[in-house]
Amino acid sequence: MKRTWTTYALALGLVAALAAGATAQDLTVDEIVKKTNHVSYYQGQDGKARVQMTINDGKGGTRDREFIILRRNRDDKDEEQAFYVFFLQPLDVRQMVFMVHKHIGKDDDRWLYQREVDVVKRIAASDKRTSFVGSHFFYEDVSGRALDEDTHELVEAETDDTFYVLKNTPKNPDTVEFDYFKMWIHRESFIPVKVSYYKGGEEYRRAEALEVKEIQGFKTVTRSRMTDLRTGGATELAYSKVEYDTGLPDEIFTERYLKNPPREHLR
Amino acid sequence: MIVRIGTGGVVVTLLAAALLAGAAGAQAPALPPGLGGGEPKSDAAPALPPGLGGGEAEGDAAPALPPGLDGGEAEAAAPEAADGPGLIDRLPDWLHGYWEARGGLRTQEDPAQPRDATLGETRLQLETERAWRAVLLEATADVYFDGVMEEAEFDLRQLRLTWSPVDTVDVRVGRQVLTWGTGDLLFINDLFPKDWQSFFIGRDVEYLKAPSDAIKLGWFPGWINVELVYTPQFDPDRYITGERISFYNPIFGLSGRRRQVDANPPSTWFEDDEFALRVYRRLGRAEVAAYGYAGYWKSPAGQRLIPFQATFPKLNVYGASLRTPVGKGIFNIEAGYYDSRQDGDGSKMYVNNSEFRLLVGYERELAKEFTGALQYYLEHMMDYSAYKNSNFFFMPQRDRDRHVFTVRLTKLLMNQNLTLSLFTYYSPSDGDAYFRPHAKYKMSDAWAVEAGGNVFWGESDTTFFGQFENNSNLYVAARYSF
Repeated sequence: MKRTWTTYALALGLVAALAAGATAQDLTVDEIVKKTNHVSYYQGQDGKARVQMTINDGKGGTRDREFIILRRNRDDKDEEQAFYVFFLQPLDVRQMVFMVHKHIGKDDDRWLYQREVDVVKRIAASDKRTSFVGSHFFYEDVSGRALDEDTHELVEAETDDTFYVLKNTPKNPDTVEFDYFKMWIHRESFIPVKVSYYKGGEEYRRAEALEVKEIQGFKTVTRSRMTDLRTGGATELAYSKVEYDTGLPDEIFTERYLKNPPREHLR
Repeated sequence: MIVRIGTGGVVVTLLAAALLAGAAGAQAPALPPGLGGGEPKSDAAPALPPGLGGGEAEGDAAPALPPGLDGGEAEAAAPEAADGPGLIDRLPDWLHGYWEARGGLRTQEDPAQPRDATLGETRLQLETERAWRAVLLEATADVYFDGVMEEAEFDLRQLRLTWSPVDTVDVRVGRQVLTWGTGDLLFINDLFPKDWQSFFIGRDVEYLKAPSDAIKLGWFPGWINVELVYTPQFDPDRYITGERISFYNPIFGLSGRRRQVDANPPSTWFEDDEFALRVYRRLGRAEVAAYGYAGYWKSPAGQRLIPFQATFPKLNVYGASLRTPVGKGIFNIEAGYYDSRQDGDGSKMYVNNSEFRLLVGYERELAKEFTGALQYYLEHMMDYSAYKNSNFFFMPQRDRDRHVFTVRLTKLLMNQNLTLSLFTYYSPSDGDAYFRPHAKYKMSDAWAVEAGGNVFWGESDTTFFGQFENNSNLYVAARYSF
């Protein structure tokens, strides 16, 4: 009996490995990386969502953030993008707007509008691996990391028929705090279900997709979490009112609409 | 640097991490749902993802599939926009604002002021807005009890209607705070009213901008942006009067509450009015703008002898600015020509000379969550010899050029809940300086406490910052936002 089980398991494993090998060959690592990037940041011509952010500091304290995010792709190459982030919470920054013109290969253009003083401040480029609004997500986690910043390789041994497992090693290690990060990418949807960051061989930071919904035909992560394994702190994001292809005009991403928020698109 | 975890905590965390890593390495990773023998049903409770489940799947374990990817039917979620409250309508709901208490003390005695307290007030700000089809009404009002002046005050900060009669036009009418230009706490082409008194005594920096009663028209055809602000009745600055901040008066010397500025700003509706224009657009990544202003000096800039009153002579300003990324930072340059129209050729003794003003700035991140910004600012008198010839011999003479440098340093700490900043004005030509240290800690999403100072220093009592030396103060505040 025991023998049968072992044989069965071995056989199954072999089949799985063969299958994995076969499908992995269908796509190059480059293609996997591009599709994953597309699914994570570029689905639809534009999109909007209301985001509830709960920051848990690991010591019992929590902070809430809430914002509406409008996004528009500005080319067909999954590169140029514009973001408009309208804050609802915390209340001391209510109706503050953060706008980004995202570029690949050069620094993003970023603005902050402070309503109480009517100031449009242009923000200097910052270390992209700095906390986004005090959360455990980095600025780069929210807007995307340029693909050519890392070398990507398929971890054959761990890739199975559910996940592609990619190991990503930075080309300029001095610009980041990790040695490498691994992504478990769901084969069917190209959603990275888990992303683990390693330093000195130890995983210290982890992003997880907690819930996925299909919205207008797009598989969409509607709940996710970033955990700092060193402090136990974590930030959870919950997306609601997700919509794609709303016909968002490009002019929304200008100073006019920083000062006069496009209410019809924030509904 | 403030690291809140004690050494013990670090050791425990590291130990725990090491143990977990060891455990994970020792055992084969758990098979996630969708791979295991038991087929997960679509209606089954979602598998606990690693890190939450009983068996700690750590390290290199493949993750469990989250709901929606777990092999079962992906729940097709309809866009939720159709029903339920809209995104913005759910702002809880019609009333927001804050309550705060704020107090400040002089760091030295001021013979010109009866009190040591520069600030002692509790303030309630209420804010609401309402949208009808195409029109938005916004209202913000402050009520505060001022312990220094021993009075209750009402300050309507905003009461404004906004609508777009056609796609390319925005109209905003009513009381509103207006800002433009590229300077950081320095203004050349922004001639909207400032509240220097609030700024110097340590109210929130939002109060540096006083509201205007104005109509703002914006035309945005795409290739250019044009904004015109018409203020039917001149809105002067809330300038230093001596009431709570003493100042240098060229005739009486340092003057305070007993010798306040007696001023008579032009105030006839539709006659003593102001026009401000900005035309701007982007050129590549740069933002360029041209400005024009027709109105009056915003703070007293002249003196009438009989009756002895400060005046607000006529002023036109023409200027331009450019702001663009350079290297890792943001560079800005702004210039303006201040045409003091009642000064003739510069010889009018009691009217400000015409001036050329220039501002150059650069801001960049110096380290993680640490930003530095540097500005150079120049005021250059156009008719200096005429000014010199017409000035009384006993009155202090200013230099032709006033040079000012500013430095801003900002550091975020403790998950960005603590902000430390220092803004410094320093004028090598006047030999004076103004330091604004500030610390703000957000105790929770609703509560914030802050402490700061306004420290003036000068070699002489007659220079811009030097005259305020006796007003140096420290303040603390607590605010609850709702």
